[in-house]
This record gives sequence, structure tokens and C-alpha cells, in this order.
Amino acid sequence: MAKTLFYFIVFPGFLFTALIGLLVSWIDRKVTARVQWRVGPPILQPFYDFVKLLGKETIVPQAGSKFTFLLSPLFGLAAVTIVSTLLWLVMISPEKTFLGDLIVVIYLLAIPSISIIIGGFASGNPLASLGASREMKMVLAYELPFILAIFTPVIKAQGIIKLGDLLQYQWANSIFLNSWSGFIAFVVAIICMQAKLALVPFDIPEAETEIIAGPYIEYSGAPLALHKLTRWMMLFVVPIFLVVVFMGGIIFSGLHILWGILKYVLLLVLIILIRNTNPRLRIDQAIKFFWGPVTILAVIGVILAFLGI
Amino acid sequence: MDLKTKALTKSIWVFHFAAASCNNCDIEILDAMTPKFDLERFGMLKVGSIRHADVMLVTGAISHKAAVRLKRLYEQAAKPCLVVAVGCCACSMCIFRDSYNMAGPFDRLVPVHAYIPGCPPKPEAIIMGVVKLVKALKKG
Repeated sequence: MAKTLFYFIVFPGFLFTALIGLLVSWIDRKVTARVQWRVGPPILQPFYDFVKLLGKETIVPQAGSKFTFLLSPLFGLAAVTIVSTLLWLVMISPEKTFLGDLIVVIYLLAIPSISIIIGGFASGNPLASLGASREMKMVLAYELPFILAIFTPVIKAQGIIKLGDLLQYQWANSIFLNSWSGFIAFVVAIICMQAKLALVPFDIPEAETEIIAGPYIEYSGAPLALHKLTRWMMLFVVPIFLVVVFMGGIIFSGLHILWGILKYVLLLVLIILIRNTNPRLRIDQAIKFFWGPVTILAVIGVILAFLGI
Repeated sequence: MDLKTKALTKSIWVFHFAAASCNNCDIEILDAMTPKFDLERFGMLKVGSIRHADVMLVTGAISHKAAVRLKRLYEQAAKPCLVVAVGCCACSMCIFRDSYNMAGPFDRLVPVHAYIPGCPPKPEAIIMGVVKLVKALKKG
């Protein structure tokens, strides 16, 4: 019992993920600044932001629903924490896996988006409702290709649906990224990840220049801090999920740890570069993009995986 | 200085209230965010929603219509929220002093914590104002 609590609260659960999430969001801002020839914020910046938001006043709008408004950030935070715990425990000891934990992770990764939707609708602001409805459309758009892309490795590994067994399969044979079907699925997954993290070109729900901050518009103080923390943790957890599924995860022995971290950092820098070199799409363009080319690409990946290529 | 104040001075999120200025002050405020001055070094960000803001920048002379919105925006902000007047129009109404449609100097409407004069103020002047604001915050 104490061990389980330790797993969830300290390592690899909440505290660990939150700290790495803060660091990762600093890397995001720093690289963005360097791309724009600026100096960028200091390393403790996300920490200061978080503490400052905790110390500010929390306003609940009169038109909103108080209970749902204040509770929705907790949903997302809890979901991300559980995903992180599952992924790291599986990487540290692959035999600690259970049947269908891949499906559980996919489900839990959808919950932060749902918490944003609930929070947006609960705040009783027209712009927040608009942002929430856009977020809903985005979820409908990217979930299908994302799930197809994640299930390509499952098909390739003859129907293994446990994360630990997927890892061991990759360590025994070769990583899924080395095959054509795996590569195609990986590209699709990166595009979907960009939408899942709500980064440019798919930051349509919170389009700053258009609908201000979308679902977050009415949030202030501690709930806003939790929402921000959830997003920073997502920036850490979702790429780690892709690393586990496609790139063989992180092996905890000697130099392999560094190699595993390098995989994650490469993925992160790729995300940041995509975010800095693209304009924002409109919501109809994004849906057409995901249901058209991306889904077709994902289906091609699945067919190739069935053929064993 | 406790952690709360330190965090506040290290991460100032700015909301920009452009009350019908001639746009010069607005451009200079944006200028302070560009690579040459880069205020994000000190953790300053521009936010779109007043609920997220720690500082409200006000530019331009306040007309009767803008005065209502200004008051309402200040009430909507999550406290502590500081108000900074940027440019001569916001500080002293400048050449619009005797206009029929002006609501008077806006520090009679909301409390103002810093004045940055200039028409428009240089980005250096804006940074100077920010430094003074941070020092005042640290003193408490």
C-alpha cells in the first residue's frame, strides 16, 4: 500500500512528472526563444509561474457552474499522473504489466482534453464555450488516426496488447520505427501528438489572437496553475508514450538510459520546431486534414503491418 | 521577501488595454518583447485574458466609453493586479486635456501604480518603468 502510494505521489507519479514537466516547458520556451533570436527565460521560470499562479486570487464567474469549474483541472491532472506512473513502471520492470494497459493509456490520454472541454463549458463565457467546442471537434478529428497509428505496432507484434510485452518484443527483435509500417504510423502519431498537446499548427482551441485563451479564459489563480501544470506534464508524458510504443522505451542499465533520454529529447525538439515553423490552421482545415490525408496514411500503415512489412 | 512576492516579481504577465491611443505606445510595448529587448528574459509574457494578468498596461486617453470598460476590466482582474499608465495620454491626457469626450485622468478611476511618460516612451523607458515597479513590489 505504502509502495503504491509512493509510486503514485513521488516517483514516477505526480512529483517526478511535475518536476520534469516544469523543466520540459522551460526547454520549450528557451528553444522557441533561441529560434526567434531571443535569450529566453531562466531555468526556474515555469516554477515561478506556477508559484505565482497559486498565490493569486481565484475567481469563479457568476454565470458558470462552480463545482465543475473548480473540479475539472483535477481530472486532467489525475489522468496524466496515472499515465506517467504506468509508463515508467512498465519501462523499469516490463513484467509489471497487465492485459490491455495500452488501451488504458490511450483512454487516459484523452481525459486531459475532456477536462479542458468540461472546464470551458462550465465557465459560462462565450469565448470559452467556443474554445471548448473546438477542442471537442479536435478530439473527434485526431483520435481515429492516433488509435490506428498506435495499433500498427500491436498488429506487427502479432497482437501483443501489453506495454511491457511490446517493449520486450522490441528489445528482442528491432524497434518498430525500423519498419515501413512502423515509420508511417510514427509520422501519423507525431502529427496527432501535436494536436493532442494543442500546439501550433493545431492550437485552434485556445487560439490566442482569435479567441484569447479559449477554455482557459475565465480561469485564474490555482485552477489555472493546475491546468498549466497538466499541459506541461502532457508535454512530457505523450512523447514518452510514443518512445515506449515505437522506439523501444528507455532501458534502465548504464549508458542505455542516456540513449533513451536522447530519444525523448529528439522527439521534444521536433515538436518545438514544428510549433515554431507553422501557422495555425482553421478548425475545418484541421478536421479535413485529420480525416483525409492523416487517416489514409494511418490505414496504409495498418495494411502494411498486416502484410508484415 | 517571501516566495510569493519573489514569484510575482519574476513572472509578470501583462494585459494590454489599448484605450484608443494613436498606436505608437502599443507598438513600443510590443517592441519591448522583440529580440533586441526581449522582456521574456525576466518572465514577462503578454496574455489575452485579464483573469491571467498581473499587470494591466493602459495606453491612450480615456474617453467616457473607455472609462466604463476600464473600470469593469480592473474589477475582473485577479488580485494582486497592478496598473501601469504608458505614454503621455494615459499619464496626463496630454493634448486631449480639454476635449469634450474625455473622462478625466484615469488615475481617478482606478489606482495607478506606475507612470511611464513619453510620446511614445522608448522601450528602454518601458523597461525602466518595469524595473521601478518590481523594486516597489519588493519593498512591499
